[in-house]
Amino acid sequence: MLTLSNVDAGYGSFQALFGATLEVNAGEAVAVIGPNGAGKTTLMRVISGLIPARAGAMSMEGVDLTATPPHQIIELGIAHVPENRRLFPRMTVEDNLRMGAYMPAARSNFENRRDFVYELFPRMKERRHQLAGTMSGGEQQMCAIGRALMSEPKLLLLDEPSAGLAPVIVQRIFELVGQIRAEGLTVLIVEQNVQQVLKVVDRAYVLEAGSIRMSGSAKELAESEDVRRLYMGL
Amino acid sequence: MNSLTLPVALAGILVVVSLIGVPPYPLHIMIVIMIWSFTYTGWSLMGRFGLVSLGHGAFMGMGAYVTALLWNYGGLTPWLGIPIALCAAALLAVIVGYPCFKFKITGHYFALVTLALTEVVRQTVIATRDHTGGSLGFTPTPKGNDGASSLMSLQFDDKETYFLIAVGVWLVGLMIWRMIDRSMMRYALEAIGEDEDSAAAAGINVTREKLKITVLSAVMTAFGGIMYLQYQLFISPDTVGGIGISLQIVFAVVAGGIYTQLGPTFGAVVTLLLAEILRVYIGTDAVGLDNAIYGIALVLFIIFLPRGLLGSLEARLFGRT
Amino acid sequence: MKKIDTRVWLLIIAATAFMALAYLPTIIREGDVVFALTDVFLYESMINGLLLGGVLALLSLGLNLIFGVIDVVWICYAEIVMLGMYGIYYFHNVFGLPLLVAMPIGILITAAIGYGVHKLVIQHLIDSAPINQLLATGGLLFFFQSAATLAFGIEFHNIGVSLGSFPLTQDIFISWSRLAAFCISALAVGCLYLFLTKTFAGTAIRAISQDREIMTLMGVKQGALYLKTSAIGGGLAGLAGCLLVLQYDIHPFIGLSFGPITFMICVLGGLGNMLGGFVAAFIFSELIALGGYHFDLEWGYVFAFVFFIAMMFIRPEGIFGKRS
Repeated sequence: MLTLSNVDAGYGSFQALFGATLEVNAGEAVAVIGPNGAGKTTLMRVISGLIPARAGAMSMEGVDLTATPPHQIIELGIAHVPENRRLFPRMTVEDNLRMGAYMPAARSNFENRRDFVYELFPRMKERRHQLAGTMSGGEQQMCAIGRALMSEPKLLLLDEPSAGLAPVIVQRIFELVGQIRAEGLTVLIVEQNVQQVLKVVDRAYVLEAGSIRMSGSAKELAESEDVRRLYMGL
Repeated sequence: MNSLTLPVALAGILVVVSLIGVPPYPLHIMIVIMIWSFTYTGWSLMGRFGLVSLGHGAFMGMGAYVTALLWNYGGLTPWLGIPIALCAAALLAVIVGYPCFKFKITGHYFALVTLALTEVVRQTVIATRDHTGGSLGFTPTPKGNDGASSLMSLQFDDKETYFLIAVGVWLVGLMIWRMIDRSMMRYALEAIGEDEDSAAAAGINVTREKLKITVLSAVMTAFGGIMYLQYQLFISPDTVGGIGISLQIVFAVVAGGIYTQLGPTFGAVVTLLLAEILRVYIGTDAVGLDNAIYGIALVLFIIFLPRGLLGSLEARLFGRT
Repeated sequence: MKKIDTRVWLLIIAATAFMALAYLPTIIREGDVVFALTDVFLYESMINGLLLGGVLALLSLGLNLIFGVIDVVWICYAEIVMLGMYGIYYFHNVFGLPLLVAMPIGILITAAIGYGVHKLVIQHLIDSAPINQLLATGGLLFFFQSAATLAFGIEFHNIGVSLGSFPLTQDIFISWSRLAAFCISALAVGCLYLFLTKTFAGTAIRAISQDREIMTLMGVKQGALYLKTSAIGGGLAGLAGCLLVLQYDIHPFIGLSFGPITFMICVLGGLGNMLGGFVAAFIFSELIALGGYHFDLEWGYVFAFVFFIAMMFIRPEGIFGKRS
C-alpha cells in the first residue's frame, strides 16, 4: 500500500533521513522504532507532506506522493496523527472531529463518521462540547486519533502515541490501536515505547540516525539481542 | 557610514553654499528637508529597535502646539516655551510608554496604541478649537506685533538663519543617533528586540531601556515639530499631527533606510523632492498623486527592499548585515 | 483570580465613567438631579450611541477576523470601507443603478479588494516581521486615499438618500438609517457567528488561527483559506460601507474618522477577539455619544481615548485579550 524508496528529508541544512526505504502492506500494522532524534517524526512528516522529500520516491497505492500537493494527501487515504496530538485547543472535541472531516469527500458522511468515532471512544462523546485543550493527555490522544479517523482513511500514521502518557493510558491507547486494526485499517506507528508497540504490530523497522538499520517481524525484533539490549533495557 | 565625517562634510558644503547665496525657493526646500530629516532621525531611534510607532505625529503636534500656545497666550518666549513643550512630550511618552512596556505590549498592539495616541492629540486640538484654532490651524503671533526681537521670538526674517539653525540641529540629531549607536543602550535594545525575556533574564531592565529611547525619540520629534512651527509659522492638526504625518514619517525612514545613520535623511530628500517635483510638473491635478506613489512605493519597499534604499545599498557595498 | 479582578475593575470603571458622563454634567450645570435623570434628549443620545455601536461592532468584527486568523492588522481597513462607499456612490448616483443593486456590488468590490490585499501584498510578507505587514497596509492606506482623491476629487459626496426619522416617544426621534444600520449589523454579526461555528469553512477559519501547520493534514490549503478570510473581511467592510453611506457624506479621508476608533475598539476588546470587539464597540460608542452630548463632538472622542489610555494601565491586553 505504502512504499518508500531511498527517501531523503531534512530541515534547512540538516538532513534527518537518509535513503529511507520501507513498505506497508494493506491490513498490516507496522512500527518504526528507534531512539530520540532518529528521524522518526521526520519520516511521518515527509509521508504526510508536512515537509518535502529531497530525494527518493514515495507512493500510496501506486500514486506518487512526491507529486501530490500536501493538502491532497489526505484524499489518498492517509491520515496523520501528529506528534503531541496537535489538537485545536480552543475548539471543542466535536469541532476537532469536524476538522477531521473537512475533506470534501468526508463532509457528507460527517455525522455517520462522528457517531462511529463516539462509539469507539465513548469518553469523547461525553466530552463532545469540552474544549480540547482542557482534556487530559490520554483523552487528547483519543481525540486526535478520532479526528484522524473522521476522513475514513486507509492508512493511519501514528506519531509517538504514547508520548507523555502514563503507562496505564499507554496500554489503553495501544488496545485502541488493536481495535482500529480490527476495523480493517492499515497502521504505521512510530514509537519510542518499543515493548508496548511490538505487541501490537506485525512488523517493524529500526531507525537510527536517519537510516533504517534493521527490519523484521515483531516477534523477531522482540527476541533480537540488539533490540532487547538497546531499546528495552534488557 | 556611521562616522560623522560625511555628514559634517555635507553640512560644511551646505553652509558654504548657503552663504554664497541660494535662491529662496531651493533654500526653502533645503530647510524643510533638514527639519524633516531631523524628525525622521528621531523616529528611527525607536524604529530601528523594533519599536515601531505610528503615533509620532502626536509628539510633533504636542511640541508645536504647546510652544505656540505658550507664546500666543502667555507671551512666553520660545526659549522657555520649548523646554516646557519638550517636557510635555516626554511626559506623554512616559504616560503611554510605561504601561505598554511594563505589560509587554509590542508589535501590533503597540503600533495601534500609538496610532490611537496620535488621534487623541489631534482630536484634543480640534475640540479646543476656541484656543487652538481647531482644524483651521494656528498661527503664532508674529514678532512684529509685540515688538519682540527675532531672537526672543525665534522668528527670523531671512531664510539663511533658519537654514543654518536647521543644519546645526540636523547635525546634532545625527550625533545623537551615533551616540546611541555606540552605546550599551543599543545592544540592550537590540537584545530586547530579539528576545525580551532572555534580555530580562540577562539583567536588562527592559521597561527602563525602552522608556529611555522612547522619551528621547519623542523629544526629538517634538523638537522637529517646534522647528516646523517656528519656520512655517503655521500649524494645523493635519500638518503636525494625525495618522497622515505619522505614516509619512514611517514611510520616509523605511524608504531611506531604517538602520543607517543617513537613512532617514535620505528618505526625507527622496520623499520631499518627489512631492515638489510632482507639484511643480503636474500641479493641482496631482493632488493625491504623490501620496498614491508613496503608498505603492511603501508597499514595494517593504516587500522588496525592507532595508530601504540606503540600507540596501550599504549592505550591497559593504556587506553589512 | 487576578485576571478576573482586573476585568471587574475595568467594568466598574467603565460603568462609573458612563454614569458620570451621562448625568454629572447636567447635574452640575442645572443643579437638578431629577432633571438630569429624566433628560429625554440624553436618552435619545444614548440610543443613538447604541445604534452607532452596531456599525462600529461590525467594523471591528472584520478587523478582528483578519487579525485573529491571519495575524495581520490591516491599517487600511477603514479605507476599504471608504472605497466601498465610493463604489456604491458610483453605481447608484453616477451609473444610475438602484441602491439595492449598487450596495451588493459595493460589497463584492470590497471583497475583491480584500482578496487582492492578501494576494498581492500580505502573501509576500506572511513570514516577515509583523511590523512590515503593518507598514505595508499603511502604504495601502495612502494609496487607497489617493486613488479615491484622484478618481473622485476631494469634495464631499452624498448618495442623497434620506430615510428620515420616526418618533420613538413624543420627544425622542430615531433616524431610520441608524436603526437599519444597527439591525443589519446585528444580523451580520449573527450570520458570521453561525458561519464560523456551524460550517466547515468557518470551523477551518477558527482552526487555522490555533494551529496553522497541521491544517494540510486535514486537506486545508492554507493560502486558499487565508484568501477566503480576506475576502470575507473585505466584504464585511463593504457591508459597513453600505450602512455608513446612508448616514454620512463620502470623502477620501473619512477613513481617518472611524479607522483609529475601530483599532482602539479592537485593542480594548482584545486584538483578535470578536466578542471582545463587539462589547468594546458599544462601550466606546456610548462614551462618544455621551461626551458629544454634553460637549462638542470631539470631546466625545477625547473621553473615549482617555478611557482607552486608562484601560491600558489596567488591562493592556484588552477585555478578553490574552497576555502574550
